[in-house]
Amino acid sequence: MSDLSLPAHRPAVTRRTLLKSTASGFGYLAFASLAQQAAARDATGKASQLAAQATHFPARAKRVIFLCMNGGPSHIDLFDYKPALERDAAKANVMPSPFRFSRHGESGAWVSEVLPKLAEQADELCFLHGMHTDIPNHSQAFLQMHTGSFQFVRPSLGAWSLYGLGTENTNLPGFITLNPPADNGGARNYGSAFLPAIFQGTKIGTNQIPGFYAALLGVDQEPGPPLKNIKNPNLTTAEQRAQLDLIRDLNSQKLRRDVFNPEIEGAIESFELAFRMQDEIPQLLDLSAESETMLQLYGIGSGLATDRFGRQCLLARRLAEAGVRFIELTSPIGWDHHFLLKDKLAESCLATDQPIAALLTDLKQRGMLDDTLVVWAGEFGRTPFAQSGTGRDHNNKGYTIWMAGGGVKPGLSFGATDEHGTKAVENPVHIHDWHATQLHLLGLDHKRLTFNYAGRDFRLTDVYGDVVHEILA
Amino acid sequence: MRSPLRPIALIMTLVACCASPARAAEPTDQAAEPTDQAAEQTEPAASPAALAFFESKVRPVLVQHCYECHSDESGVAEGGLRVDTRTAIRTGGDRGPAVIPGDPQGSWLWISLTHADADLQMPPKRPRLSDAVIADLRTWIEMGAADPREEDPAAGPVLKQVDASFWAYQPPRPTDPPAIADPSWPKQPLDRFILAKLEQQGLTPSPDAPPPLLLRRLHFDLVGLPPAPQRLARFAERIDARGLDAALAAEVDELLASPAFGERWGRHWLDVARYAESSGTEANISFPYAWRYRDYVIDATNQDVPFDRFLTEQLAGDLLPYTSPAERSRLLIATGFLALGPKNLDATDERQFHADLIDEQIDTVTRAVLANSVACARCHDHKFDPFSMEDYYGLAGIFASTKTYFGTAVSPANRVGGDPLRLPDDAGEKVLHESLPPQRVKAMQEQLAALRAEKAEMDEALKAMFARQEPKKKFTLQDALRNFWQSGGLEGQLEKVSDSGQALPLAMGVLDGERVVDAPLQERGDINRPGELVSRAFPEMLRLEEPIPLPAGQSGRLELAQWLTHPQHPLVSRVIVNRVWHQLLGAGIVATVDNFGSTGEPPSHPELLDDLTLRFMGDGWSIKRLVRSIVLSRSYRQASDYRADHFQQDPENRLLWRASKRRLQAESIRDAMLVASGELDPTRPDGSLVGRVIGDRPISLIGLDKRLPSDLDGSTTRSLYLPVIRDRLPDVLDLFDFAEPSLVTGSRETTNVPIQALYLLNSPFVQARADGLARRLMLESAENPERIRAAFQLCFSREPDAEELHRALAFITPPGQPEAATAETATGDNASPALVRFCQALLCTGEFRNLD
Repeated sequence: MSDLSLPAHRPAVTRRTLLKSTASGFGYLAFASLAQQAAARDATGKASQLAAQATHFPARAKRVIFLCMNGGPSHIDLFDYKPALERDAAKANVMPSPFRFSRHGESGAWVSEVLPKLAEQADELCFLHGMHTDIPNHSQAFLQMHTGSFQFVRPSLGAWSLYGLGTENTNLPGFITLNPPADNGGARNYGSAFLPAIFQGTKIGTNQIPGFYAALLGVDQEPGPPLKNIKNPNLTTAEQRAQLDLIRDLNSQKLRRDVFNPEIEGAIESFELAFRMQDEIPQLLDLSAESETMLQLYGIGSGLATDRFGRQCLLARRLAEAGVRFIELTSPIGWDHHFLLKDKLAESCLATDQPIAALLTDLKQRGMLDDTLVVWAGEFGRTPFAQSGTGRDHNNKGYTIWMAGGGVKPGLSFGATDEHGTKAVENPVHIHDWHATQLHLLGLDHKRLTFNYAGRDFRLTDVYGDVVHEILA
Repeated sequence: MRSPLRPIALIMTLVACCASPARAAEPTDQAAEPTDQAAEQTEPAASPAALAFFESKVRPVLVQHCYECHSDESGVAEGGLRVDTRTAIRTGGDRGPAVIPGDPQGSWLWISLTHADADLQMPPKRPRLSDAVIADLRTWIEMGAADPREEDPAAGPVLKQVDASFWAYQPPRPTDPPAIADPSWPKQPLDRFILAKLEQQGLTPSPDAPPPLLLRRLHFDLVGLPPAPQRLARFAERIDARGLDAALAAEVDELLASPAFGERWGRHWLDVARYAESSGTEANISFPYAWRYRDYVIDATNQDVPFDRFLTEQLAGDLLPYTSPAERSRLLIATGFLALGPKNLDATDERQFHADLIDEQIDTVTRAVLANSVACARCHDHKFDPFSMEDYYGLAGIFASTKTYFGTAVSPANRVGGDPLRLPDDAGEKVLHESLPPQRVKAMQEQLAALRAEKAEMDEALKAMFARQEPKKKFTLQDALRNFWQSGGLEGQLEKVSDSGQALPLAMGVLDGERVVDAPLQERGDINRPGELVSRAFPEMLRLEEPIPLPAGQSGRLELAQWLTHPQHPLVSRVIVNRVWHQLLGAGIVATVDNFGSTGEPPSHPELLDDLTLRFMGDGWSIKRLVRSIVLSRSYRQASDYRADHFQQDPENRLLWRASKRRLQAESIRDAMLVASGELDPTRPDGSLVGRVIGDRPISLIGLDKRLPSDLDGSTTRSLYLPVIRDRLPDVLDLFDFAEPSLVTGSRETTNVPIQALYLLNSPFVQARADGLARRLMLESAENPERIRAAFQLCFSREPDAEELHRALAFITPPGQPEAATAETATGDNASPALVRFCQALLCTGEFRNLD
């Protein structure tokens, strides 16, 4: 597999080379020896592609929780206070924010009234007010936010992060995405593209019963587990292990015949991981062990607007604690407020404000915020002009995201848009810069984290991206 | 926020809705009657004097001072603004219109030139223009801003916008098949194009795939099922007797004639048609009659209805002539295509709901059929492709003149009701819902009449309140709500039965509305800012040499279909040919199958695409003949083996130097398990769980219904008959990358994640299939080696090699255990557990769910 050489920071022995070398003298003995070696490998976790990797330089964050605010939240109604909108409402055809802003914490960061709980954490947040992206269109911008590219199929940010770091817990997927949207690129947003399949995000999702009915019928709003089929009631662990050895041997034989077949190779990895997951994941996904205080902190409870995202945020903390590298959560209500922004934006905020604040509090209490990078971002912001009289259109030229924890300066507001929030004018940060910075915080040099695919070295930031050193703690 | 019972603010809006009938129905005031002057209304002719003023006083100023940063010519559109055409200057940029005729104070052009706004002073970093010039511009705007600059290449502030010369807008051109070095290779004309390109790049095609592997590929591609072992044997015999070409042709013809072909290829169209059996979005109410459209698509595919006719039926079946009730029924069901889209049924504003419904129809039709979306132009001229707001609202008029019947009754979770489409009683259609006793119907009718009388009183009271008079009778908000829901519920139930209680045949679909209307151009897509009416029309960039006139008395959907299926239309036939190619070769000639626009990928073999397209049209738009020509090609027949040097040069296999390896689609993975276990029930069930069990209700509550299996499966019929519920797909479909049913999906994703492995290892469905397969093997033979051979044939269409056989035997009969313990000779009810585990292992292998 010399044509698929791994980057310098990864060890030379991979599952692929291992399979190739061990499966060549195929026969029962070879099967046996392969199984033996696989068992040995699993015990140490060393030769798996998922094994923890050395970073390029000391990491400030060990893991990422990405709070994906799909739809394009209006920066000028949340974090980027623009008094000029009020002043110029008549002559400049702009719409003032319907919300009051005030300053919070020692940093004095501006936060609008619809995020009261998050505002209390203002001193933990590092705002990037000068964000910009290429295209003011959901599908392209959403893909670019996740993969750096909207034209080509490229690995996602989470896949690159996992590829660079390896996993902290070989019994769990290293990249988990909760309830991701099916549109705007769908699975490409957590895909691995040409990176080995084991680096792609594992989607976990649940269906909720409306709070009203749940309360009426006295049932939990989320009656089912977020993940089904985590136990085979008919087989003992030993029996299933033996069965899995057979599956792996047949897959290895197929892979040997095919020489190069990423789908089969991915299947081998994912079955092994699935087997290991069975022990750990049921407890992890079960929130019933959490105290009533904890559930209240996150706003979990039948009929509460915060129930859904509260569960996701709490689950994210549990997954982070268990060693998942990259956890992505998607806002349960979108932020695409072309119409009725005043009511709808408030709804989106209500559903997410308390859970996010709780997540930050909880991580801090556990001493995890220092090495967990929490990122809040949508694919773009919104224009200052009124659309349809009650909403705002997409704005890719200037918007706000924030980060907290793992290696960023807390209480910093970096960059600025113009007077109306239309365009980034001070310290602009492009998606590629953000990606470069995020990898940097994980101890990875975005220019050196490459994957050779068909003779070319690819990287997340393509030929772009500058680390924003000013925001590093 | 999912609770249907919301706080007071919402109830207030409801009361407002109660004032007007809340049934989703007629196009409302968003559209107005067309007038004879409709065409002229878009731009009254400017007087010669006004034009002369523009030419002498205005145009020179714009050219000299503004074009540098705001024109197509300069390629710059600062602030999203161009001022080089009438449309561009009036549409304006990020801040809004640069020119509002008659209103200099509101026009950014004038504001910026006068330096009235410290924020925006033009020209930038240069002195203010002279007062005389500014006064001229003011006069010009006040006089109505006459502007003859018609031609509008349309603004593309971000990407260079494509123009009329873009490849996808050229009609397909015939080309001679290119010269090739190896004339013995091609089997079909298309092969010459593939080979020529390979030869140019110094690449060689792969050898033919081994026959068993080829047959497996062919069967999955054409009917979505694996070949039976007998078919494999017959294929080998035929090759011996008549050669590979003849054997393949015979096999292909048999598969094309099989009803399973429609089940496979109909499903491809259902992906594109975003077929689903619920409304999706927040309210997510089931669509209990959607299945009729599914069956229509399968049957039409099997009958090989020419694709142009197939499209016409779906867009305008209700307007086509018919000779029997059954035909009428079939044509009405076809229009379900337009009615099946996701709908925001808890919308608070009914006008908005209708605008969104039309938008979804425009978006689906243009994406599915043109592989372009015109829907972006609802709020602004398209940023990348040449579709203007006029184009959008020209189409919107056609759909605004159409009434959509989606058949969901008003309920606490669903505030926008929709009538179902009634089919002819004598068409012989099956009806899945139940009849009601006549007394019950009568009672309901009386109850409804009483509610309507009460509603009339409420309206009176409301009117009195608005007039600040004392109403005769007082009502609370709760009264209004109760009336609204109860009426809606009763109307919904009564629509499903005749006066005598007989259950009626119902469907989803469309009919022309009561009025034919033009839609107003809505500024920034705002229903509250209707502008000038736009005559119903087709997008300008794609108009034909001989325009198809739109009739005054019909919606124009029939003409829309005629325009789309016109042989001169550059996109429609290309798009479908490319979709077919994608399904058979693993990637389209245009890889972005749903996007033939400027952000899509250019074709890898443009001449081939044109050649196939012309042949397709010449062949009567026959999908079956197109499929046949592709699968009988040499290109399709290639092996999929990896070749390092070729891979280096073309890793995506865009040039087709081999057959692409592909993961099976979700339906085929499940169906193949049922085939292997011998349990597949090939019959078509009536409807799906939605039509049979769920009926008309909110999907969020089905989790509480103990009759429904938790994986929404529990059947042994083919997977395409599983319920397709938006945001709640059956497990197997959800896990293995089924097409997202809210979106036009020409190309499915392929993921490879551990939760799929968990399903295969642990789900009751897969364990049951393993058990079935084991029992089948026990019937086939008493000997484990024979059972293993049979299992490999059933699962992989091949024999195990010696090592595999050895390994499997060792698994079933661990060393040291007597074989008798596992190799029962009895054909009793219980298969040996080791054999079952072995069978499940085969179902779990990568080979089982991948095609070579």
